[in-house]
Amino acid sequence: MTDTPSKADRIKLLFVDDERAYVDVLSNRFAKRNIEVTKAYSGSDGIQALRNHDFDVAILDLKMEDMDGIEVLKIFKKMYPRMEVIMLTGHGSEKAAREGIQFGAFDYLTKPCELEELLQKIHEAVKQRRRS
Amino acid sequence: MSQQEKTKKDYLGMFIRSRFLSVLLTSITPLILVSVIILFQFYTSYHEKVRAHLETLVNKHKLNIDTFLHERLGNIRFLAENHSIGELSNQALLDRQLTLLQEEYNSVFVDLGVINENGIQVAYAGPFKLRKADYSEADWLKRALESQYFISDVFLGLRGLPHFIISVKVKWNGQPWILRATIDFMAFNDLVENIRIGETGFAFIVNRSGEFQTKPLYNIEPKETPYIDFLKNKGINDIQVVTKSNSFLRKNLYVSTSLKQGDWLLIFQQNASDAFSDFYEALQITLVIILLGSVATFMMAFIRFKNMTINVEKAEKEKQLMNEQIIQTGKLASVGELAAGIAHEINNPVAIMVEEAGWMEDLLEEEERSQIKNLDEFVRALKQIRTQGHRCKEITQKLLSFARKTDSRIQDVQINDVMEEVVAISSQRAKYSNVTLNMDLHDIPTVKISQTEMQQVFLNLINNALDAMEKKGGVLDISSQVEDGHIVLTFADNGPGIPRANLGRIFDPFFTTKPVGKGTGLGLAICYGIIKTLGGEISVQSTVDVGTTFYVKIPIDVNEK
Repeated sequence: MTDTPSKADRIKLLFVDDERAYVDVLSNRFAKRNIEVTKAYSGSDGIQALRNHDFDVAILDLKMEDMDGIEVLKIFKKMYPRMEVIMLTGHGSEKAAREGIQFGAFDYLTKPCELEELLQKIHEAVKQRRRS
Repeated sequence: MSQQEKTKKDYLGMFIRSRFLSVLLTSITPLILVSVIILFQFYTSYHEKVRAHLETLVNKHKLNIDTFLHERLGNIRFLAENHSIGELSNQALLDRQLTLLQEEYNSVFVDLGVINENGIQVAYAGPFKLRKADYSEADWLKRALESQYFISDVFLGLRGLPHFIISVKVKWNGQPWILRATIDFMAFNDLVENIRIGETGFAFIVNRSGEFQTKPLYNIEPKETPYIDFLKNKGINDIQVVTKSNSFLRKNLYVSTSLKQGDWLLIFQQNASDAFSDFYEALQITLVIILLGSVATFMMAFIRFKNMTINVEKAEKEKQLMNEQIIQTGKLASVGELAAGIAHEINNPVAIMVEEAGWMEDLLEEEERSQIKNLDEFVRALKQIRTQGHRCKEITQKLLSFARKTDSRIQDVQINDVMEEVVAISSQRAKYSNVTLNMDLHDIPTVKISQTEMQQVFLNLINNALDAMEKKGGVLDISSQVEDGHIVLTFADNGPGIPRANLGRIFDPFFTTKPVGKGTGLGLAICYGIIKTLGGEISVQSTVDVGTTFYVKIPIDVNEK
């Protein structure tokens, strides 16, 4: 990483997933790619984080121990409708992910996914947010 | 066939056979019973009728014959009462009287004669030269003199021809004279001979000594039963009806009655089969009906039970197949649930592994490359981790699609298009494996199915064929056509074929012959599940060293089960 992007360009991302290791490693990788990640290891943590900060994009796991991803999505959209949400699903059920899109999610990806793919979705989501 | 199935089949066969026999018995027994009862009733009443008819007939003829004899006697009495013996001794008068009688009664009267008390025929009119004939020793004359009127038995007499005599005793000049007339035997015989009934019925007259008074149509031995019994019976007005078997098959009916105040017997006899011909005809018809009825019943029952056997066997087979299907489906379902669970549990750790590897790659980029001793190995190992991670993902996705949790929107799908897409995807791999892909797609209608499912099925079948022919190359012929309301797809390769031992298991989940790590053993099980759900069929034919053909049948009118 030779260039240091300006702080204003940094994407502010909220990562909500109860798989701590997954959140941690991806956060590291995102940080290297000019994305500022706020980690939330549960649905309620995510909601709490959103109360205190603004985010451009949220990555939200569909299945968490404390709360269902769809429920969290609904709350997110209520609290902060302009934030785009990318759903992540571990069990490959596209049905649930599509349900998420109905409730306002930007898109969905299945775990494990290519980092490039995820980054592309994040950038698209940010673009979408800035257009609106 | 297992021992159990064999026992089951034997039991089934026995059950059907016993049902068959009982149906046969319950159908034919009433038929025979009713027929026999009706026949018996008919026999009894018909027998009565025939006997009554014969009795009436014989009685009528008895009256006829008695009347005939009585009248002929009357003729002679009239002659004797209206003319004196003196007058009757006059040849011209006697001739004239004979002519008159013959004119009146045809040739019944043969001659007339007047016999004096010494038995000498003093006057005679007739065709023979019997004037002055001496009858003093004749048996008939002795008896004629004993009573006022007399009718003799038939005898040959002086003329040597059968005849009988009617005589009237007349007192003239204090001496008994006899006026006699000869009755032509043939004319009298005709009276009896005309009694003909059916083909075998005939009548004759015998006297009490069993001598024939008329000529019977057939040879008769009057000394034998039942004639002898009739002869002994002295009852005058009795009519006797007797049935008697002469031999094994010949049964005769006899009717007898007395004539001439019991001197003679009129006997009528007829073959029973002739007398009861109507009955025997009915018997024959009944037997034919019973026979035909039995045959028809047998045939019907046979056909019905044959069909029943076939149906039961068919149902049994269907049941077995259904059981197998249920087991197969059950297996698939439980495996599906398991697969979904595993997929979910595995995806998270795999995702972490892949990302950690990616993170290490990220970090490696920051290092001074020349200082890292085994940099290339690190890079290769990390790439390998990612590659294998994605392979895990593919496996879990296959498992999940097997569990039917993936997109399966139902829409109008042109199977030929799907096939072309899949073949296009596979063509690169086919080229690599030195396999020629031939497509022979005919016009087929669209079907309401899930496109992804179809893709899955075709991809699996094509991939399997390519895997099989990977070593030596070969040809894969793919065709589609419509057959009996089904779209029939064939995937025929000329690869090494599937050993017989494996053929029965290839649709089982997790059954694979591929090297460990190469095949999941789910491909064909998924295909099986998808096609069965559509109400279709998937089957395989394979010969080792010749090739394998998969047949997929999809109903055009799909009703998802």
